[in-house]
Amino acid sequence: MDDPQKTRKEFSRRTLLKGGAIAAVTGLSGMSEAIAPAAAPDSPFVSHANITLVINGVSRRVEVEPRSTLLDVLRERLYLTGTKKGCNRGECGACTVHLDGRRVNGCLVLAIAADGKKIETIEGLANGDQLHPMQQAFIDQDAFQCGYCTSGQIMSAVACVAEGHTGSNSEIREWMSGNICRCSAYPQIVAAVNAVAKRNA
Amino acid sequence: MNRELDNAIARFDGPAKVSGKALYAGDQFQPSQLYAALVTAPIPCGREEAISSVSALAIPGVVRVLTAADMPRVHSALRQITVPPLASRFVPMQENEIVHEGQPVAIVLAETLEAAEEAAKLVQVRYTRSEFSSADASIPEDAIPEKGNYSKAGPLAFAKGDTGMAYAAASIKLTATYTQPSRHANPMEPSAILAVWNADKLTVYDSVQHLPAVQNVLAAVFGLPPTNVRVVSPHTGGGFGAKAFVWSHEILACMAAKVVERPVKLVLNRQNMYSVVGPQPQLTQEVSLGANGDGRLQSMEHKVSNVTGKTDDYVEFATASSRAFYACDNIKISQQVRRGNMVLPTFMRSPWDGPGSWGLGAAMDELARTLKIDPLDLRLKNYAEVEPESGKPWSSKKLREAYSLGAERFEWRTRPRGGTRDGHWRIGCGMADCSQGQARFHSTARVRLRSDATAQIESSFCDIGTGPATIFPQIAAEVLGLNPQSVKALSGDTNFPYSGPTYGSGTTISTGAAVQLAAKRIREQLARLAGWPSSDIELRDGRVSLGKESHSIEELLKGAGLSEIASDGALDLPNGAFVDMGSPQYPARSFGAIFVEVGVDEELGLLRLRRATGVYSAGRIINPRTARSQMIGGIVWGWGMAAMEASSFEPTLGRWYSKDLAGVSLPVNADIPPEIDVAFVDEFDSNAGPTGAKGIGELGATGVAAAVANAVFDAIGLRVRDLPITPSKLLGA
Amino acid sequence: MKNFSYARPTSIHQAIELAATSDVMILAGGTELLNWARIGIAEPSKLVDITGVAGLEGIEELPNGVVRIGALTKLNDVALHPLIRKSYPVLSTSILKAASAQIRNLATIGGNPLQRVRCPYFRADEPTQCNKRTPRSGCAALHGLNEKHAIFGWTEDCVAVQPSDPAAALAALDALFVTQSKQGGRRIPATTFHTLPSESPTAHNVLQQGEVIAWIELGEAAPKSAYLKIRERESYEFATVSAAVALEMEGPVIQRARIALGSVAMRPWRLVETEGRLAGLRSDSPEIMLAMKAGFADAKPLSMNRYKIQLAQNTAVRAIEMAVQA
Repeated sequence: MDDPQKTRKEFSRRTLLKGGAIAAVTGLSGMSEAIAPAAAPDSPFVSHANITLVINGVSRRVEVEPRSTLLDVLRERLYLTGTKKGCNRGECGACTVHLDGRRVNGCLVLAIAADGKKIETIEGLANGDQLHPMQQAFIDQDAFQCGYCTSGQIMSAVACVAEGHTGSNSEIREWMSGNICRCSAYPQIVAAVNAVAKRNA
Repeated sequence: MNRELDNAIARFDGPAKVSGKALYAGDQFQPSQLYAALVTAPIPCGREEAISSVSALAIPGVVRVLTAADMPRVHSALRQITVPPLASRFVPMQENEIVHEGQPVAIVLAETLEAAEEAAKLVQVRYTRSEFSSADASIPEDAIPEKGNYSKAGPLAFAKGDTGMAYAAASIKLTATYTQPSRHANPMEPSAILAVWNADKLTVYDSVQHLPAVQNVLAAVFGLPPTNVRVVSPHTGGGFGAKAFVWSHEILACMAAKVVERPVKLVLNRQNMYSVVGPQPQLTQEVSLGANGDGRLQSMEHKVSNVTGKTDDYVEFATASSRAFYACDNIKISQQVRRGNMVLPTFMRSPWDGPGSWGLGAAMDELARTLKIDPLDLRLKNYAEVEPESGKPWSSKKLREAYSLGAERFEWRTRPRGGTRDGHWRIGCGMADCSQGQARFHSTARVRLRSDATAQIESSFCDIGTGPATIFPQIAAEVLGLNPQSVKALSGDTNFPYSGPTYGSGTTISTGAAVQLAAKRIREQLARLAGWPSSDIELRDGRVSLGKESHSIEELLKGAGLSEIASDGALDLPNGAFVDMGSPQYPARSFGAIFVEVGVDEELGLLRLRRATGVYSAGRIINPRTARSQMIGGIVWGWGMAAMEASSFEPTLGRWYSKDLAGVSLPVNADIPPEIDVAFVDEFDSNAGPTGAKGIGELGATGVAAAVANAVFDAIGLRVRDLPITPSKLLGA
Repeated sequence: MKNFSYARPTSIHQAIELAATSDVMILAGGTELLNWARIGIAEPSKLVDITGVAGLEGIEELPNGVVRIGALTKLNDVALHPLIRKSYPVLSTSILKAASAQIRNLATIGGNPLQRVRCPYFRADEPTQCNKRTPRSGCAALHGLNEKHAIFGWTEDCVAVQPSDPAAALAALDALFVTQSKQGGRRIPATTFHTLPSESPTAHNVLQQGEVIAWIELGEAAPKSAYLKIRERESYEFATVSAAVALEMEGPVIQRARIALGSVAMRPWRLVETEGRLAGLRSDSPEIMLAMKAGFADAKPLSMNRYKIQLAQNTAVRAIEMAVQA
């Protein structure tokens, strides 16, 4: 219990071992047999499913209830806690990830509805030790303070540049307004987006 | 001492934060942990009569539903803990009394988050309602000393001279009432805690602004020595005061973990953030200013009342501004509270001076208008060379320079005439004073210097975004002649030496001083190892020199058979105090001026910020990059206060009207123009503390609301005295 | 939220078959539905995810000039489509002013008008007097905090407003919602899609159980159109009021005006009287505001929202200005 990081790794490794498979089938720990409203055998309705999410290029299979959100699956089942929960209602943008190449709020996506889809999270941006240009730009422009909204800001910013919504300062501000920052690093965030957009141009 | 450094270095915690690797409380996991969800009272006042958990327990994955009957009794040792840092003397789930809506009454524990959330809605609670009182509508009363120490943080009444006579004799009189609604800090990270017991040892991963406070409170709750409690908090996702004190969810999560003998992870949802932790209270300020025709203040009266809960008296000392901002021989202030069934209010970024700079800053502008004197000149005429309340000299104050530099950069003297049109916009400019009382906290730190000329700082301070992980290495590196990148700060763990809190803008001045002193003692040790007088040596680039001779740190340590040397440092306050507001001889404050230009579209009721300039006299700036970001953050905080933020208390239901981020408006990126100009006056405050620095985390959020309201008046001739300045108030001006 | 079971049909026929019973709700973008489930506004035991249904995405121009938008087309895709930007700028702008970029990447044009009111009494986690949450329980907003609530078409049963921005634009464009259901489907005018409390205090719109919006049809192009949204902060917020305006001009003279106000009633509010009086006026005529006021004869304020009447008039007049310049 000494080092929080070690404890997390140990925890996820133990859960994997309990699951017994190397291909990381992350089971619903502690669930009894009866899960959701039991559906008739040949009904198209399912009460739980083994889904595949391709996360940062890696296929992850996970058993989910339909109500589990992508955000909660990422954080609580797969221990990818880089994506943050700020409001759980789609009102703050802290949970922004890329779903099939588009930025979305992870708290508004059912994991089961994302079955088979590609998901990019903050953990997948860097290339090993090499930070993504947007990550570096956020450091250079001091575009964060407490850091809690930062993952969502960066994922949103990367998409904003890819979408081409960086033609002017006011365009960047408008298209980045779906990410609230209470430390209010807004001008620095815009500067970071602008710096990357200019470099790409 | 004020050596020129390349001090605008990038934050050391940058790589972790931009990669999603920085861990916040909700990111922590423990084997066999249970997820907790709170069941909270929907009524503002009454009693919980019966709880049925049958439906909740039927949900697969739900392990337990805890009610008051299951919770251990709070140990008598908690009575020795003051309020604050215990946020409120009232601990829920001990008895069945309901004192405010949103008060926790039960805790659901489940194997999955989804099961806990679903089950929480299925717990059936029968209540007896009692008539509740709405604090907004209550009569102001005097705070009671037995109801917490909040009321002792400042004078509830103060009088100097004879304001009655002076006001009567003044040629110009202004009396007005200024109000602001309750506002919740709403940090992006909701409060969260993971509580783990190991026999009688408790470890919590918590989202906090002062780790030792949590340690002491939790230890007392269970009647344990503080050494049995460890608090781990490497990062906090914004505090803004909402995490300064210890709230009920922290106590309840630990109790739950103890009862079920499994780790319990409780992450508050955004709705909980409205009622489980407190807001800055609704405040009413009655300001009376009397002045001569030349603008000199003859009389200042400032009467404040704020809402508070039933259980404790929280006092918001907005009157601090009248005791500190302007020279005046006749000052009278008073503070009262209005009690009601609401969650206890608390500190919010720029407590006291935030609200105080609003009421007083708007009143000064009204006075300037009546006198037909430029608002800036009115400030200059009433410049306080010494602290008005005590007559003592300031620890330092370069506000004149800040006024001058600010006016120049904003082009205040040549500003557009109020009401100038820009399409449908009418432009207005306004200014106001920024100022925040400077808190100093007892704090300690250890510095270790290794033979490879790298160093480590150890202290239990926490990171809420203010940048200590960067600033403290800069401070130590300066003393030790190292590159800041060679110094690492270890923090966020009560296993490290005691640090003061990260609120009151006091971290740099307090823990920074401790770090600096520890580093200086290392320097002395190096001098001793070299056999040289410490006053004469120079440390640079890992070497210790005296004249032409020099040794490397490695030589000195290895030569003495040491792999490292360590030293402790502290900021000790007079009388062993936990906190003071500057040394006894020199009251300490930070100062500044904020100038804003707004646009008002009268037909559409729109208010938008066009540009702002803030110039500050805040002591030595250790890292200009992080400091600038801090001031911008403060200005935006003030913009939110001025233009949009309000937590409305529904008077019939006795609860918050909206408990999410859709019904309560916080500023978004599109609200903030790039033209936010921030500058600091070059200053070294040696009286406030050895680092020469003062606090800046809250200074930027003061004065903004007044400047904005003043600018609105400039634009359309409408004086708004009730925040926020929304379309319904602007329309039809 | 409560658990539900989940189906993902691949055809519209399968979808409407599965959605026939009352315990089933249809999931598209999910940007509203998940929150209803979290709050307890709706607690379906079955969800039918129609995002996999073929043929409901995309924008095409039909031979008769009608523009047909597949209901599953994402909001951003509708707004940024060259045809919509050029020919129906009011719709494009109304979408871009809605929500956030992230939400607009998930939410669909067919789902957006189905969003429910933002009234905080309706949205409360705690039990509240609200006829839309609990039929016949009353309306807490009527005499409560109603600063953002209706000025048209309200009754003592409900004073909330329909917040959808695209719905207001679609109403101004006289768009049609084309639905599919086991009964065959209907063509519902956008102007009457949402339900007034006098018709039913509990319902939000006229869709029946198992009825799915398949397409939205737009009539003739409206290049001289504009959308203006008024809110306290500059973005990512629901409207205090909004105005969607579509004009046909002959030189400086307004030949035809269509004006739909958003967030003033339980449905986008077409100012029929005003529209009539604007026809024939020059766009710079001082009588525009008079014509506007005529459309507000039946405006009724609540205790805290009288300002909305003037604000809505000013917003609509400004939107006319914007449409003229479009």
